[in-house]
Amino acid sequence: MKSFKYSVAKEPTGAARTVSANPTAKFLAGGTNLVDLMKEYVERPSEVVDVSRLNLAQIRETSNGISIGALAKNSDTANHPLVRQNYPLLSMAILAGASAQLRNMATNGGNLMQRTRCQYFYDTAMPCNKREPGSGCGALEGLNRIHAILGHSENCVATYPGDMANALYALDATIRVRGTNGRDRLIPVQDFHRLPGDTPQKDNNLAHGELIVAIEIPRNNFAAKSYYLKVRDRASYAFALVSVAAALEMRGDAIERARVVLGSVAHKPWRSVEAERVLIGKPVTVETFEASAEAALKDAKPLEHNGYKVELGKRSIVLALQRAMSGEVA
Amino acid sequence: MDDNQEQQDFDGMEDGSHLSADEERLLGELGLFGATRREFLGQSTAAVLGTFAFGLLAQEEALAQLAPSPGASMAPTPRLENAVRVLLKINGAPQRLEVDSRMALLDLLRERVGLTGTKKGCDQGQCGACTVMVDGRRVLSCLTLAASCEGKDVTTIEGLAKGDQLHPMQAAFIKHDGFQCGYCTPGQICSAVALLQEARNGDASHVTADVRARGRNINLSEEEIKERMSGNICRCGAYPGIVAAIKEVQSGTRTAQTWEFASDERIALAMNDGAINDGGRRTDEII
Ligand SMILES: Cc1cc2nc3c(=O)[nH]c(=O)nc-3n(C[C@H](O)[C@H](O)[C@H](O)COP(=O)(O)OP(=O)(O)OC[C@H]3O[C@@H](n4cnc5c(N)ncnc54)[C@H](O)[C@@H]3O)c2cc1C
Ligand code: SF4
Ligand code: FES
Ligand code: FES
Repeated sequence: MKSFKYSVAKEPTGAARTVSANPTAKFLAGGTNLVDLMKEYVERPSEVVDVSRLNLAQIRETSNGISIGALAKNSDTANHPLVRQNYPLLSMAILAGASAQLRNMATNGGNLMQRTRCQYFYDTAMPCNKREPGSGCGALEGLNRIHAILGHSENCVATYPGDMANALYALDATIRVRGTNGRDRLIPVQDFHRLPGDTPQKDNNLAHGELIVAIEIPRNNFAAKSYYLKVRDRASYAFALVSVAAALEMRGDAIERARVVLGSVAHKPWRSVEAERVLIGKPVTVETFEASAEAALKDAKPLEHNGYKVELGKRSIVLALQRAMSGEVA
Repeated sequence: MDDNQEQQDFDGMEDGSHLSADEERLLGELGLFGATRREFLGQSTAAVLGTFAFGLLAQEEALAQLAPSPGASMAPTPRLENAVRVLLKINGAPQRLEVDSRMALLDLLRERVGLTGTKKGCDQGQCGACTVMVDGRRVLSCLTLAASCEGKDVTTIEGLAKGDQLHPMQAAFIKHDGFQCGYCTPGQICSAVALLQEARNGDASHVTADVRARGRNINLSEEEIKERMSGNICRCGAYPGIVAAIKEVQSGTRTAQTWEFASDERIALAMNDGAINDGGRRTDEII
């Protein structure tokens, strides 16, 4: 690990200023991603500002929903009574990730910011445009079984690997961010992460030094009919090959509102408005779900080793929607 | 190689002029400069340094090894480039230490405080061998920076027993044969102890049927135990025993032990003729 200066942040705006003033400074929250990457020399900050003690861990009801502190732990968030009751999709997504130990350390802000698990990104002996802009993409013609099938570019085919964010996309969350001027900026979650294009080194639209302070979720009627499905190489403690955050709101026998978000298929959680459009106004049948799944994967462009994700993605959407309906639709 | 050449190599080694860029970087990162560096190099051969350098880069243990534990007189004392003072509690005892900002809690425990019960498996958050409890909650000490532990209360495997009286979870692991080589065991047990509290709190897991339904003091099924313990990997595959041990302690319902020590009589018999005729079973099955 490269040597770095360590300090503990006293308040959010000060933390933003300290990091913003040094291009190679980093915030440290739970450390589960940053410390790992520092050990691998993938991240080499000269300065680490520990934000974990900031007073940003509250989870509280607001006039139109819920506000979840960026420094709240993943485990506390998933188990908070308000989250379990009103946003079970978020609890399910968080609980599908990592392990109990890691969720006790990981914060919500850090979770949003976690970097790809592309093996070439981790291996400093390999070319990687995300780690070393201009060095090439090792995965494009290398082993790309876990990589993207949607929205990738020839500069980077990595996926965003997280679970929690997929639920946040389905729940129309907003990310509250503190700038160096002490003011907050609100970023709709779908504009938070970005596609790689020709700047894959940028995972998201946060400016250097901007600090995530909270995640806000509006009230909705999805709680009774939502499901997070995660498909992986083993039953637990592994990243998703494909995951689906599905949520439905019914009016009588017809679907009034729908959310279909695919995880681990693109450089950001992949909300398919096309798939949702197929569902709206329709009665719940397997045929409708299948049509929705077809629409979601219509533009998929698999690489050499990840063609399986297209069919897996479709089946996962159908199953997630069925489970969201508590198995009422066989 | 003639003597002269050997002497030159040795000189080069002491002032470091023969070092590769990687080795230079490593020594710099270790905070070894000037006199300290010469002293260090004087104790190593070039070949050793090369291998050593790689081991260090891979494992980050060097700092810990070179840094003396408080009170001990180990030379050389490294100059810590970015020293951080921490005061924390480990198994109830306050510890005041100065650590390199890079040091993980795992290395602090093992190398600075001498608590080697906590194990280093992957050093990357992927195995759970390093699991300890911080403020009563299970975490991975390999991904926890020691510098971030100011004021924290750390419990390791060494802190679970009360004197000679094992923690019920430790006793249950023995009773149910919850290990083979034992390497993952401290992490498994710390994880399992924390799991008990999580179940008391009514925490949900990935296999909880309905996260909206809440309750406290939940009784965990085997499926729940397996999911909740999935962050602890056992290379020996002692999982059935681990699950049985946790189930017994968590449910509070005693179950029978399925093995026993061989009696003196049986051992004597086995010593005498190598194989015992005991209902057709072989010695190794009995012992
Ligand atoms: C073995 C393993 C398995 C895992 N499995 C999963 C999984 O299945 N699913 C999943 O979703 N995740 C998984 N993870 C990832 C884990 O969830 C993330 O590492 C974690 O959520 C990151 O949060 P943190 O607080 O530890 O972040 P840190 O490691 O502290 O920080 C990560 C990044 O976020 C930045 N950052 C942190 N907080 C803020 C903030 N408030 N504002 C701005 N920037 C910030 C940091 O500067 C850093 O760049 C796994 C991790 C490991 C090690
Ligand atoms: S896919 Fe992206 S992260 Fe992976 S090697 Fe290519 S550029 Fe790097
Ligand atoms: S050593 Fe920490 S998880 Fe493996
Ligand atoms: S007992 Fe050997 S690794 Fe678990």
